[in-house]
Amino acid sequence: MNQLRRTFLKGTSAAGTIAVAIAAGLLKPGQVLAAEWNKVAFGATTTADAMKDIGVGGAAESKDILIKAPDIAENGAVVPVEVTSKIPGTTAIMIFVDKNQNPLIANFELSNGTEPYISTRIKMANTSFVRVAVKAGGKAYTASKEVKVTIGGCGG
Amino acid sequence: MSMHRREFLQILAVAAASGFALNSRSALSASSAGGFYDLPAFGNVSLLHITDCHAQLLPIHFREPNVNIGLGASRNRAPHLVGEKLLKAYAIRPGTVEAHAFSYLDFDHAARTYGKVGGFPQLATLVKKIRASRPGSLLLDGGDTWQGSGTALWTKGQDMVDAGKLLGVDVMTGHWEFTLGAERVKEIVDNDFKGKVDFVAQNVKTNDFGDQVFQPYVIKHINGIPVAIIGQAFPYTPIANPRYMTPDWSFGIQDENMQKQVDEVRAKGAQVVVVLSHNGMDVDLKMASRVSGIDAILGGHTHDGVPAPSIVKNAGGQTLVTNAGSNGKFLGVLDLDVRGGKVAGFKYKLLPVFSNLIEPDTDMAALIQKVRAPYQAKLSEKLAVTEGTLYRRGNFNGTFDQLILDALMEVKGADAAFSPGFRWGTSLLPGEAITMEHVMDQTAITYPYTTLTEMSGETIKMIMEDVCDNLFNADPYKQQGGDMVRVGGISYTCDLRQSFGKRIDHMTFNGKPVDPHRTYKVAGWAPVAEGATGEPIWDVVAGYLRDKKTITPRKLNLPKLVGVEGNAGIA
Repeated sequence: MNQLRRTFLKGTSAAGTIAVAIAAGLLKPGQVLAAEWNKVAFGATTTADAMKDIGVGGAAESKDILIKAPDIAENGAVVPVEVTSKIPGTTAIMIFVDKNQNPLIANFELSNGTEPYISTRIKMANTSFVRVAVKAGGKAYTASKEVKVTIGGCGG
Repeated sequence: MSMHRREFLQILAVAAASGFALNSRSALSASSAGGFYDLPAFGNVSLLHITDCHAQLLPIHFREPNVNIGLGASRNRAPHLVGEKLLKAYAIRPGTVEAHAFSYLDFDHAARTYGKVGGFPQLATLVKKIRASRPGSLLLDGGDTWQGSGTALWTKGQDMVDAGKLLGVDVMTGHWEFTLGAERVKEIVDNDFKGKVDFVAQNVKTNDFGDQVFQPYVIKHINGIPVAIIGQAFPYTPIANPRYMTPDWSFGIQDENMQKQVDEVRAKGAQVVVVLSHNGMDVDLKMASRVSGIDAILGGHTHDGVPAPSIVKNAGGQTLVTNAGSNGKFLGVLDLDVRGGKVAGFKYKLLPVFSNLIEPDTDMAALIQKVRAPYQAKLSEKLAVTEGTLYRRGNFNGTFDQLILDALMEVKGADAAFSPGFRWGTSLLPGEAITMEHVMDQTAITYPYTTLTEMSGETIKMIMEDVCDNLFNADPYKQQGGDMVRVGGISYTCDLRQSFGKRIDHMTFNGKPVDPHRTYKVAGWAPVAEGATGEPIWDVVAGYLRDKKTITPRKLNLPKLVGVEGNAGIA
């Protein structure tokens, strides 16, 4: 069954995961497209600037943002990150990587009632904190987790 | 310990002190009062545990480390105790057979006295003896079984698969197994192991949908008691070893998923929950503090021969954490007394396997002879004679690694050399011939290519810092469990009080400071990148040995360590 599902999706398109995410109601394509590309925030070179530019400067630390990411990345080019916000009224989830040249990785704007959960893959050049910011009820919250990127080898 | 057993150990000690070689197989027989291996049964659930045998089918020598440093919360705690400090912590008397089994002390002399350790024919006899008094017991194999010898490499692990089945392994997990490639692992699990051995790993999932690749656990009934064995494969396999071997699988520690599995098996009625782990002991200790409901973690990977379990308190009560050494040198025996649906008491013994004290099992011996026959001539080629002790284990270097570095630098015409901090590899005593088999015992991997690379001084430092952090990061979840990369040609200091990027300093080459902007020719082996090529390391080392004929005692290139005063992990 799993093998069939895998073969089927490989046959359909490389964008299978995105299609599934949209079908599941996690992303609302119209809204994503409608949102204005925040060139300044995505071009910022520090997390602090990027957060300010995208309107979450001074976000409060929150334990209600759960970040699931590996302690050591298996491949820095595709690091799986899952974010769940338990904060009521979450309308946006943003991901930043402190040590990347441009820290702002993504901004997910969620339509009303969408479960505030995202799963994505990010690119990381070096060991860094992955920071998440959440917008909810007009306020900003944040949490972070360190992910180590290593050259590998020599184990065992 | 019975009076008889104590007397027997005293006889062993006297024999050792007198320098007599021991060869007393009657020690094992049931009729011989006070046999070293008489272990009275206890409780109603028994688990036998082997791990990290690294395909050593025949008896070998194995020297335990004199450097195994723990920092932060791990400082001066198991498994980071060596030599006399280890003996003291576990009340083992110096000069005894057990002191030899668990420490490097007086290694050459003691190894000559007590003889070799391990060997599957001896292990098979011992397993049968222990199981005879423990009906329904299980034999668990923590992995690193299908790699580490010439025959395991050349038969793609088949010799070890067959030996494991004959030994009676019930449940297994893995690490180096995966370096045979995902397809080969699946082939063995789906065919050879089908209906016989359960290969379990809760933390191996597909990259695309996160589906479990193997069954996460198995529930077995021992004397009517449901016992769950959850598998934990080495979490950093695709980082420490080539990722292209298992391109579609994701690993990781995944303790949330571990908690889920524990809760699930408890809900299904398991009265005992055991994790068969290849995390390494520091990771196991941290996991035990975070996940609740595990009775015992039977661990491996870090090759620590730990005489007694570490007990970790957590939200669900307590968890025993063990580590059972390497190279077939030990058999762990965990006896549990399960009453009223839970573990009420336990006894644990890590039995050293002294080959001369155990009658070899004839079926196992016959299997091994058959497997080795086609390769016997190649394996037994005498390449050189060693004048000093050769061993690998230790945080920073070992004499066999130094020999590999020396060979790499001379054969490749390199300024410097790197050799991986592997923890497997057997030991040789002064005066022994180094055979091709011994070279394969240090080098038999599926990515054996040697390389010669121009590197800037800056790059060399970066690599050393990176590997050093994999060993000494303050968070065990960010460690990988190998040792420091062995470095030839460049001396350095290592400040263990520092953090990432600041530990390595005072690097010198030919007495001059290493220039960050100058390039150096650096030889190495075991590249994890896909598409690497180069002469296999065993050919480079064998050529060097044939040329030298006599190997003088190696001078270890060791860093000057800073911040280790009072550390019980360094002798």
